[in-house]
Amino acid sequence: MRKTVRKKRQAIHVFKKFVDMAGWPRIIIGIFLFSLFMAAPFVGVLISTSLSNTLERFGMNGVLVLAMVPMVQAGCGLNFGLPLGIISGLLGSTLSIELGARGIGGFAAAIALSVPIAVILGYGYGQLLNRVKGDEMMIATYVGFSSVAFMCIAWLLLPYRNPTMIWGYGGSGLRTTISVNGYWFHVLSDFWAIKFGHFLFPTGMFLFVALMCFLIWLFMKTKTGTAMTAVGSNPEFARASGVNVDRMRIVSVVLSTVLGAVGILVYEQSFGFIQLYMGPFYMALPAVASILLGGASVNKASIWNVLVGTFLFQGILTMTPSVINNVLQTDMSEVIRIIVSNGMILYALTRKVQVKR
Amino acid sequence: MMQKRSITQKLSRLLANNAVPVIFIFISAGAIPLSGFSATYLIQELLIRVGRNSFLILSLLVPIMAGMGLNFGMILGAMAGQIGLVFVSDWAIVGIPGIVLAMIIGTPVAVALGLLCGNVLNRAKGQEMVTSYILGFFINGVYQLVVLYFMGWLIPIASPSLVLSRGYGIRNAISLLGIRTVLDRLLPLRVGPFDVGSFHLDVVNIPVATYIVIAAFCFFIVWFRRTKLGQDMRAIGQNMAVADSAGIPVNRTRVIAIVISTVLACYGQVIFLQNMGTLNTYNSHDQAGMFSIAALLIGGASVSRAGIGNVFLGVVLFHLMFIVAPMAGKNLMGQAQIGEYFRVFVSYGIIAVALVLHAWNRHNERVDARRSLRGPTDAKAKEAA
Repeated sequence: MRKTVRKKRQAIHVFKKFVDMAGWPRIIIGIFLFSLFMAAPFVGVLISTSLSNTLERFGMNGVLVLAMVPMVQAGCGLNFGLPLGIISGLLGSTLSIELGARGIGGFAAAIALSVPIAVILGYGYGQLLNRVKGDEMMIATYVGFSSVAFMCIAWLLLPYRNPTMIWGYGGSGLRTTISVNGYWFHVLSDFWAIKFGHFLFPTGMFLFVALMCFLIWLFMKTKTGTAMTAVGSNPEFARASGVNVDRMRIVSVVLSTVLGAVGILVYEQSFGFIQLYMGPFYMALPAVASILLGGASVNKASIWNVLVGTFLFQGILTMTPSVINNVLQTDMSEVIRIIVSNGMILYALTRKVQVKR
Repeated sequence: MMQKRSITQKLSRLLANNAVPVIFIFISAGAIPLSGFSATYLIQELLIRVGRNSFLILSLLVPIMAGMGLNFGMILGAMAGQIGLVFVSDWAIVGIPGIVLAMIIGTPVAVALGLLCGNVLNRAKGQEMVTSYILGFFINGVYQLVVLYFMGWLIPIASPSLVLSRGYGIRNAISLLGIRTVLDRLLPLRVGPFDVGSFHLDVVNIPVATYIVIAAFCFFIVWFRRTKLGQDMRAIGQNMAVADSAGIPVNRTRVIAIVISTVLACYGQVIFLQNMGTLNTYNSHDQAGMFSIAALLIGGASVSRAGIGNVFLGVVLFHLMFIVAPMAGKNLMGQAQIGEYFRVFVSYGIIAVALVLHAWNRHNERVDARRSLRGPTDAKAKEAA
């Protein structure tokens, strides 16, 4: 009798520990996603296709979500200014096509071209954020927005020549969507890709995402990385122990921007198109929502949060259109996406203060 | 030495506080001749736009007074107003009664949303702006769920012209012909033509009734500042901790500020849309928030300080740029698209600049405060040496 009570208590204890560790939002979303996968065969959706779609989207967005980590860790908040990094990536990718670089070399060229741009933009962005401590997130949002709008003008005026990229009739100005087909379409995704039936595993893209995650993990273990985390957890303490707080914050912002640039390149090579003009406008929100869904808070994030969050978020994004639409005969996926992603951000923003108290 | 520094500081602060309107006056001064518009056209357009937008912008003032920053959650009120308009056009109630009824229907929705917004913001003190901004997106999702899926299914909508062909959900664009410009045309006033020296002005129409409503709102704001509640809000805006220890119910007052703002934004959106004449069911409210905030900031308001003067200066300057930029862009660069993007860039850029200036000023003030504490000890140390 007593034993069963104790066992019960132990089970409750383990359950509570699990809930504490995973957090209710993740459990609810996880159960929701799991039930979507369970329901899929009954409404005529192939699990293999859905799973491979989920994995592909996971790979596409992984690095973009990873771009949140350095800034969150350094206490700069969620990087709503991700469009700045994305713009560097867009500049790099259009330049590589302009130069006619193809294949894996073309992709490497795109990275090589966009990283310096990202470093410069990120440095300026970091300088700005250092002057507005405490208000980073709102300012980052509007820095992102205004840089996207500024680039809209630039895309029209920049002297690109490649006929696959510029408008046919005017002879100048870049198109809104540019195909990377014939340049570096699927260079990562098709590398060592495993295929059986409807299931396709984009090995190369996953290896690349894993490499990026590993590099960031490694960086976080270095002296600079540790100092950065210290700045994020307690800036006063970090300053007292001789860490240059402002410098660490700039390093983190530059790193985030560079990852944003690389992230959009990975996204494009899988998606097949470069989206210019207002394309990058709302790209920060899904990435922010993903990392928060993965269990990060406004001032703490890990690689693990990135992986879990991206999988859950992209899983829901792929599964809701196919499953829910087959059940309800309507396309509710967009609305669900808006509610889930923004609900997640709201949860994180309101929770942070509670913890502080 | 101290005196000198304070003068230069004062000067730089004055410039920092008014930099935005000054820049805008220069941009407009350059762009107006480039656009080639006549004075009559510009003045007529401005009169219409000031009447259309002022009410929405005025709704932002109350939360700023309470120290909650720019209420990005005002789009919640705009959505409530739109829900009212959907019902009014479904029941085909036209004219002034239609507008009043839309406001009456919108009010409880706006109050409920305002209560929600206020309580959420109380859980995120110090991060009000970003939280209300995301809350706007979140409620936008819920709004879409209700309007796109529930209306015509759970919520009866009789008129087939409102409902999508699939049988439920509201169409993307609703014509508000029945209530179009009824408030503007209630008390028509035609002025002109004038000739003052070489300056010629043709006939312009002034929407008097709309301006009376706006003036009434301004008086309300002035009166409200003097009430007990208004004073409480200002105290909270100055210092939340001091206000709390003075016995002011901080959380409750903050919620009230947001509720007032949301309800007024709801009325503002109804006035805005009666002038436009069409309701873009899924877009109208989005633009309302961004444009109102940009206009207020262009008027020289900051995140912590805004008055009625800022509203009107802002709305005039912002819309002057709005009218002029595409034409100026076309005449300057040969592409109207460039002016269009420039307009978008400026709207976002100005919000970014205003937020940066505010944060920067606050940062500098903190540094100054620290320095003033350190000052006498430094002098003493020197004396001792």
